[in-house]
Amino acid sequence: MIQAIAFYLFAAVVLLSGAMTITSRNPVHSVLWLILAFFNAAGLMLLCGAEFIAMLLVIVYVGAVAVLFLFVVMMLDIDFAELRAGFVRYAMIGLAFAVLLAAEVVIALLGWSAGGLKLDQRIAPTPDKMSNIEAIGHLLYSHYLFVFEGAGLVLLVAMIGAIVLTHRARGGVKGQKISRQVARRPQDATRNMQPPVGQGVEL
Amino acid sequence: MTSWFTYLGMDYGWAWFVATIIDILVIALPLMLAVAMIIYADRKIWAAMALRRGPNVVGPLGLLQSFADGLKVFLQETIIPSAANKGLFLLAPIITFTVALIVWAVVPFQAGVVLANINVGLLYVLAASSLGVYGIIIAGWASNSKYPFYSALRAAAQMVSYEVSIGFVLISVVLWSKSFNLSDIVEGQKAIYTYFPINGYGFNLLLFPMAVVFFISSLAETQRAPFDLTEAESELVAGYQTEYSSMSFALYWLGEYANVILMCALNSILFWGGYLPPLDWAPLYYVPGIIWLFAKILFFFFLFSWVKATVPRYRYDQLMRLGWKIFLPLSLFWVFLVSGYLMLTRVGVGS
Repeated sequence: MIQAIAFYLFAAVVLLSGAMTITSRNPVHSVLWLILAFFNAAGLMLLCGAEFIAMLLVIVYVGAVAVLFLFVVMMLDIDFAELRAGFVRYAMIGLAFAVLLAAEVVIALLGWSAGGLKLDQRIAPTPDKMSNIEAIGHLLYSHYLFVFEGAGLVLLVAMIGAIVLTHRARGGVKGQKISRQVARRPQDATRNMQPPVGQGVEL
Repeated sequence: MTSWFTYLGMDYGWAWFVATIIDILVIALPLMLAVAMIIYADRKIWAAMALRRGPNVVGPLGLLQSFADGLKVFLQETIIPSAANKGLFLLAPIITFTVALIVWAVVPFQAGVVLANINVGLLYVLAASSLGVYGIIIAGWASNSKYPFYSALRAAAQMVSYEVSIGFVLISVVLWSKSFNLSDIVEGQKAIYTYFPINGYGFNLLLFPMAVVFFISSLAETQRAPFDLTEAESELVAGYQTEYSSMSFALYWLGEYANVILMCALNSILFWGGYLPPLDWAPLYYVPGIIWLFAKILFFFFLFSWVKATVPRYRYDQLMRLGWKIFLPLSLFWVFLVSGYLMLTRVGVGS
């Protein structure tokens, strides 16, 4: 009962916030709706019994990726008139994609042979007495070790590529050397003087 | 309590629902009281270190000061700046406050006394604490004002940076205790050797540096001094909460301190034995575990206040350097070290 209520709640919010993501005018609102969609998708994962994936979804997508999204989008200088100007140009392409997606949804619905809501019957049940994380860990580090390591390698390459593309050494920048700042003592920076009266200090 | 409600004739689902709501209130209401008193304690400790008296007028020894402040903000008018994004402006403090409360669901107060004994407890903590940044970013953006926006940008960068090293610290704890469940982590800290009867991973030489890193990162994560750059009053007026007044301000205030208490609780649970007594000595187990937990929370809160009263604020580049160039490599290296040690000693054992 409560499971069903929770499922319909999460699913409805996911759909609604997904729709709001693409319809809202303000990009910041779009990102926030997207975050809400992620969050509720995590709720759906929880209902499926995939609590590890749910938590990862929140930590990685909501906690890190979406924060950076928001970070970038917040700093945009939004010109609403310009945003609307491209509407006619992209309308036909957008419509084509919309028809394509709608057709896919219809095909998927037709091909969907699963019955009603069976939350406690999973396609790939985790072994008894083994938590979600352990089960995933056993699979990742035994059967799929090379695929997993390969994915890690791809990420590493992507990271290095991003750094290489964006990092440029600029000359003539005064950087801070923390070690020198910490090593500096009062004796190096100040002098105690006893200037004679009427003469002042020689610098 | 669920069984009591089913006994009254409810079906299991509803009994569980009502019982959980009552449990949530049992945790949240005393927490609010604790926040009020901890604000008072913070001000008193700070004052004592600065050779001042601190709050001493309202009630005996000034004990009612926080309640007087609360009443004051309650009676104030809620001002919403006309250029603000109204919905988000009001939503932001609610997010901060809620996120500060939801993590308490997985905190074990005593052996077996926990609201949600989930097996991904630690990940839940990490997930919820990564949500905390939204309250601040949204506030900064929705205020439509310069200083809150700067503060929001700072907060976003700061919290994301320190979460990375917190994540690695948590991984080394999880590796050692073989569980993500907070109760299991606490139970795993019981002393194993009779000649070293001290409970807590913090007393383990391999994990002690991680305890220090976690303590400092938790200062940064809760934006306490010396990492309170998001509300650096000399630069940013009051940071992200500049435009807030009345109850919306009070929600930030409560949420901030609830977060601080939570971080103190996490420090004590992850590294210093949680509800276990510090010594593995039978008479000490007669004291209820919740008292040990509270004593440890208070000890860490004292450390937080101590740091606040004595350490000057970091510069922003120093903050980033500490997070990315010192803590991240250190904690990553420590994950290797801990897992290497475990491979050496425990490989083939138990699995």
